[in-house]
Amino acid sequence: MDSIYKSLAEIVGDDHVSNQPEELYIYSYDLGTTEPHRPDYAVAPRTTEEVQEILKLANKEKIPVAPLGGGLSLAGLAVPLRGGIALDLKRMDSIIEVNERARYVVLECGVSQGQLSSYLEKHHPNLRHSEPGAPPQATIAGNIAIHGQGDLAQPYGFNSDMVNGLEVVLPTGEVCRIGSCSVSPSWFTLHPLPDLGLFLGWCGTTGIITKLSLKLYPSKKIKSVEQFVVENEDLVPEIVYKITHTEMADDIVAWSQAIPTFSSGLHHINILMTADSEKELEFKTELFWDDVLAEYIRNGDGGFVALSAAMKAGLTSRPQVSKASDWKKGGGFEYVGAIMPVETYPECYRRGFDISARHDIPYTVLGRIIGRSHAMMFSWTYAFNRADPESIRQAREALHESDELALELGGTIWKPGVYGQKLVMERIEPNTLKLMKKVKELLDPNGIMNPGNWEVS
Amino acid sequence: MFELRFDERKCSACQTCDCLTKCQYMDIDVDTAKTEMRKIINGEDSFVLHDCVTCYACEEYCKMGNHPFYLIVERQEELDIPPIPYPLIKRGVQIGIPFRGEPKIEEVKEPVLSLGVFANLAYLTQGKLFEGVSLISTDPRTMFHFFCQLMYLHYARTSVIKERLPGIIETIAKHNVKEVIFFHDECYGTFASYAPAVGIDVPFKPIHLFEYLYNRLQELKDEITPLNLKVAYQRPCSSRLSSDKLHFVNDIFNLIGVDSEREYVGENALCCGGIIVEQKKEGRRQLAADVQSRNIEDMVNAGAELCVFNCPACYDTLSHSVAIKGINPIYMSDLCRLAIGEKPGGWR
Repeated sequence: MDSIYKSLAEIVGDDHVSNQPEELYIYSYDLGTTEPHRPDYAVAPRTTEEVQEILKLANKEKIPVAPLGGGLSLAGLAVPLRGGIALDLKRMDSIIEVNERARYVVLECGVSQGQLSSYLEKHHPNLRHSEPGAPPQATIAGNIAIHGQGDLAQPYGFNSDMVNGLEVVLPTGEVCRIGSCSVSPSWFTLHPLPDLGLFLGWCGTTGIITKLSLKLYPSKKIKSVEQFVVENEDLVPEIVYKITHTEMADDIVAWSQAIPTFSSGLHHINILMTADSEKELEFKTELFWDDVLAEYIRNGDGGFVALSAAMKAGLTSRPQVSKASDWKKGGGFEYVGAIMPVETYPECYRRGFDISARHDIPYTVLGRIIGRSHAMMFSWTYAFNRADPESIRQAREALHESDELALELGGTIWKPGVYGQKLVMERIEPNTLKLMKKVKELLDPNGIMNPGNWEVS
Repeated sequence: MFELRFDERKCSACQTCDCLTKCQYMDIDVDTAKTEMRKIINGEDSFVLHDCVTCYACEEYCKMGNHPFYLIVERQEELDIPPIPYPLIKRGVQIGIPFRGEPKIEEVKEPVLSLGVFANLAYLTQGKLFEGVSLISTDPRTMFHFFCQLMYLHYARTSVIKERLPGIIETIAKHNVKEVIFFHDECYGTFASYAPAVGIDVPFKPIHLFEYLYNRLQELKDEITPLNLKVAYQRPCSSRLSSDKLHFVNDIFNLIGVDSEREYVGENALCCGGIIVEQKKEGRRQLAADVQSRNIEDMVNAGAELCVFNCPACYDTLSHSVAIKGINPIYMSDLCRLAIGEKPGGWR
């Protein structure tokens, strides 16, 4: 028997390791356009200690390790580009502690967004976390490892800004705790200890996050949404600015897409609100309709859609997941998400429209506001037919053009795939790049962690 | 191009100007009404064009058999006085563009019922009331090929209706049927009122759903158990285009034993508010809320146990609000099913 396989089986048990082709196939691809790469082993540990042992083995044998939670980044970040071990963390799915009064949760890295949402709804209905627009099986840890954002991004920022503490296993097998949990039993704050933010946004190239503490926020009883529509994309940044000034919205998303036809050439701005009473909701609603945006309505430049209760329920249900994969049949879609200045929305839309037209893909764009108009995550989504190589090629080209566009317009690419990472590293300040290299070499001297990603030459 | 057959002489001969003086949303005396209607006929600006909530009711109030509402809407478009903001007009106009393939035209046996743009409500056409009825437009992907387009009266876009309606009629006519029952009275109003008013030929006879339901209930009379319920009927705006069929509401209610006494009935019915809320004139959100509040309060005061709908748009707008007040929303077809001992399709 393969000695590596045997060692892995000794660590996690026979049922949780595989080198069988039908199981390795599952770990060889994600749902985007990245070419598949098959791992040699798929391993699913249950404890931090097991992760430690696996990394010690991999480091000793110099075997690549590609960690994954839900494996849903779409950009190929969990595809084992150099083979080795696909480290599936979904079995580490315990919710360890919820501190109701200090509003945080401590959980293991395999806990999914849907699991946490449903747990809080059942046991702590006054609390919620910022849930991203991903399928519910996406994990909390995977999301913060890529600097994800969720439906509380407008008031509270990136999900990785909501981290109170981490437990990580270094590529060499040591366990570290970061934040208050390193000096006390409480996982209530990341600050004010010296900054060791070496794991957020590194896409699993510096270590494995095994536990984390995440801030929770008040969950109000009533969820509602209003939808403001304009035709002139140049109006979107100022409208968003005015809405954010009220500090009354939970989530602000501006979007436009060719399909369904009603939205083509128009910009819908979804304003999600929550309230504990009808009175509070009416106060907020009135503010948006009759004060903040009234001028646009009177001038005929914009208007609120009359949404029925059923439509509002649909628009406030969680998570809000894209249906764009249906546009070309064959069920494929991938997007370039970029962190952009809100003022670039009009140009992002216009240029994205052109890219889509050139590649014969119905255009789909969206901007989710992060902070009080501090930034937005702007996505250019491209549907493709998985059964049609030409369709995949077109989508891949469109994605690459969008990567370039994001940088050209002064933004940065969020969770870039290998192509986007290369573009970023070509432009990044040389000393910053050197620092990244030093950090990487210090933490991962044998380069085993998710190789192929963020490789500084 | 099709042109509205508005008879100016009838209007000039009218002494009461009921079209405007009866308006529930504008306070207009006879002299003002005459002056403003003259301006509208002449293609001049009038405050009526700005203040109209597009409730369709003046089409019914007019005792001269003229078409004041169609004229108002035409003038709003000609003079670029849209009742709602431009982006919402564009959005609405684009909703009606089919984009998921061509409809299958299959051989159907009469009687035939068209669901129009409400293919997803096919579950409301079950049971004995609809035995032997062939349905058309049951596929949500292609239902916009059967969309009557009349909604665009609210958008001051009669040009869109005139442009698209002949194609819609052609699609329905391909089924080679003499009569078509229309699920929604907006469709019925389109083919029975609007199309003739602008000179568009309709090669089939439209049948109002309530007329069909009444006749079918007569056939099933022995199976009716009086419901002994108090109900409130939410009359939709498009019902104003077929006021000659309104009596079927009471005819059905009498047949199945429900009481529907309330203030806002018949000519006095209130708009659901769904379209008012989108309008650009200042204060329209509050106006819509006020109209809805008065309407529902009236239902409560009348002791209504059920609120009866025909129009899915009214249903979407009001059903949640009436339910909160303890009044169950129900479609007319489901109410009729209840009376013959069947479980309503909407109570799933």
